Amino acid sequence: MKKQLSWKVGGQQGEGIDSAGETLSTALNRKGYYLYGYRHFSSRIKGGHSNTKIRISIEPTRSISDELNILVAFDQETIDLNSHELVKDGIILADAKFNPTVPEGVSARLIAVPFTEIAQEVGMAQMKNMVAVGASAALLGLPVDAFQEVMEERFLRKGQKVVDKNMEAIARGKEFVESESLDLPDYKLEPSDGKKRLYMIGNDAIALGALAAGARLMAAYPITPSSEIMEWLIKRLPEFGGTVVQTEDEIAAITMTIGANYGGVRALTASAGPGLSLMTEAIGLAGMTETPAVIVNTQRGGPSTGLPTKQEQSDVLAMLYSTHGEIPKIVIAPSTAEECFYDTIQAFNLAEEYQCPVIIMSDLALSLGKQTVEPLEYDRIEIQRGKLVTDEEELPELANSELFKRYEFTEDGVSPRVLPGKKYGLHHVTGVEHDETGRPSESPVNRKKMMDKRLAKLKNGINFKEPVFLDTKHEEADLLIIGFNSTRGTIHEAMERLEAEGLKVNHAHIRQLLPFPTEIVAEQVKKAKKVLVVENNATGQLTSLIKMHVGMADKLVYFGKYDGNPFLPSEIYNQCKELLVHGHI
Amino acid sequence: MATFKDFRNKVKPNWCPGCGDFSVLAAMQRAFANIGLEPEDVAIVSGIGCSGRISGYVNAYGFHGVHGRALPIAQGLKLANRDLTVVAAGGDGDGFAIGMGHTIHAIRRNVNITYIVMDNQVYGLTKGQTSPRSQIGFKTKSTPNGSIESAISPMEMALTVGAGFVAQSVSSDLKQLTHVIEEGINHQGFSLINVYSPCVTYNKINTYDWFKENLVNLNDVEGYDSSDRGMAMKTLMENNGLVTGIIYQNKESQSYESLIKGFKEEPLAKQDLQISKDQFDKLVAEFM
Repeated sequence: MKKQLSWKVGGQQGEGIDSAGETLSTALNRKGYYLYGYRHFSSRIKGGHSNTKIRISIEPTRSISDELNILVAFDQETIDLNSHELVKDGIILADAKFNPTVPEGVSARLIAVPFTEIAQEVGMAQMKNMVAVGASAALLGLPVDAFQEVMEERFLRKGQKVVDKNMEAIARGKEFVESESLDLPDYKLEPSDGKKRLYMIGNDAIALGALAAGARLMAAYPITPSSEIMEWLIKRLPEFGGTVVQTEDEIAAITMTIGANYGGVRALTASAGPGLSLMTEAIGLAGMTETPAVIVNTQRGGPSTGLPTKQEQSDVLAMLYSTHGEIPKIVIAPSTAEECFYDTIQAFNLAEEYQCPVIIMSDLALSLGKQTVEPLEYDRIEIQRGKLVTDEEELPELANSELFKRYEFTEDGVSPRVLPGKKYGLHHVTGVEHDETGRPSESPVNRKKMMDKRLAKLKNGINFKEPVFLDTKHEEADLLIIGFNSTRGTIHEAMERLEAEGLKVNHAHIRQLLPFPTEIVAEQVKKAKKVLVVENNATGQLTSLIKMHVGMADKLVYFGKYDGNPFLPSEIYNQCKELLVHGHI
Repeated sequence: MATFKDFRNKVKPNWCPGCGDFSVLAAMQRAFANIGLEPEDVAIVSGIGCSGRISGYVNAYGFHGVHGRALPIAQGLKLANRDLTVVAAGGDGDGFAIGMGHTIHAIRRNVNITYIVMDNQVYGLTKGQTSPRSQIGFKTKSTPNGSIESAISPMEMALTVGAGFVAQSVSSDLKQLTHVIEEGINHQGFSLINVYSPCVTYNKINTYDWFKENLVNLNDVEGYDSSDRGMAMKTLMENNGLVTGIIYQNKESQSYESLIKGFKEEPLAKQDLQISKDQFDKLVAEFM
């Protein structure tokens, strides 16, 4: 029996691969297994190799694995491209239809299952993916009825017959493997704790977090890998009186978001690198006009169009510095789907508390990687609107043509904010330098005071919970590994392996990039002999940032990967070993 | 009830003496008062350029944004608070050059806002360069040999992309200008008003006198029917776009807001942010 194993399904895009993965993982999630799923896909709709790899475990897991136990193949290409990942006693379940063969040097066992033929016998060739699910269930030791609910939810609207046919396909696939194959390695899963958990992608969690935070308007332009956020919200927002506007471009998306926030609704936009590049001028407008705005950047492979469907973390410095001039801005970086939910709620609070743009930076592996999430707590949804004056009576009367001091100088730099529509709240807003009432002003004295006021808002740190995730039990560590966004689980896994060998390893995952949590990071760097900064980019952007804020440059070693794929635990483990043994990589 | 004077503030516009924009400002203030609005009911969102400063000269809520983006800001504001009367304003460079994409899509989207373009056919604040509204041959600092690009016909363009309200006026006719702004605000959906607002400093061709000679008031065109889109297009083409008045109005127009499923009469900005435990549990169930 297995505590954990990895399963992968591959074929041509559009062949039902996603659906096979969804079916198996939903059933496993409901049985209480921990899952982590990652899709390899191309920037096209039909055709082209695509695969989904799912890690199944009885313990929490937040990383893809190095190895693969079961490969389900709908074509020979899938076998040729993926069989090198298979463990020695791995199994390939392939459609007998294409006469599958195993490449030289691969010791995995091939079981040719007539996926298509069985599906046709049951009624429809398209159901071959369900036959494959059944064949997989045989290996994993899952009963057919584990899929009953899932099939009903998916197909009952098409009639009981469709449900029954799909269930039959699963059962037939399972029977085939059970009757044909002898002496198979034991891939049956150990029983799970049976607890109810969620299984979601980071983008789902961001969208849900936005809705829970009170966001009722989203303006966005479709782009990979962020579109799921707008797609989820357009399904759900109408129930709450809100909507999503698909704009003509990302500039419209951000400026509409700013206009909506100025009007008083919590609004957001989401995009990826190219879109964020277009938004930078307007982000400056939000900073200058002290308008709250929440912007999600799901990083993908850059530069330019880059690798639209691949993993990268190369927007760090752009997110921090790309707007011209100097504005107060907050950049946070959740590292798990759970954090995507809670951090998005916090982002809306921060945007209103500090009256500035807040960028939630994610990456493709986090945004699209599907992971098990412990039940989200309703009681943790807190809404704070900072110095928003909601009670009209609190506003002092204004004499004729006098204006409300929207940009009043205050000790903390944050001014009372009033929404349009209030009689004694009249004020002007402009991206031009302005005085306390929002009227343009070129006075050098006012200019300096206004710059200082705006920048003062974030000067003493911000009220963001857990700016750095710390797994740092050693007072003196051989090594500190630093990362951000989706590498959290992968680093954890590498660290566990190193620890098992007796090495003292700490892990700091940076969740707040601006303002930079200098003290927390410095303290951890001091405690370590060496520091490995793991980032999916080619120039060591986070490493530069740490050097700039923390110093101790001689301890810092950058480890990058920018081939479009997420790190594997073994890659980080190997680099750590190299660093510890040789002192450099 | 507010009078047009209540929409004035003490800020002295930085426009040149004789600038057409003064009339647009006055007409706007009169239109607000005539409709019966109070200053707090109105928000003016403007772009960048001489005309963009207009939001700072009205005693109402004002948002002076970035170049070319007044429309998306204004749409976002209107969607946040549909009780507000939202007027976007800017120059021809703002609306027909850098912001042309937004203009076209704002027309298509049909959010219930009014867009006033102060069209002087030249770039003023940057001190005299060509605009997409400059006529061929127009000499400026950036076109010393005369413009060789054809000018945009904003009214025909608007009709083509499905506008529900298209009007044009001129700074010298305060009465008509006030009237079309009032009608534009009252229209259910997006209204585009192009105003010939002469630049006395950098445009020595399209002057007050020039417009007086060349503009045709649609009131004087016998049998003109502003509900007839074909007639509107034909009349514009016959007159090289030089007409004033309400060129086209679709009185059946339904605003974007009125077509959004589930969108409430109560402004979004006034709704409760908190969702109930019950609602939350239902949302989460999708991921189990």
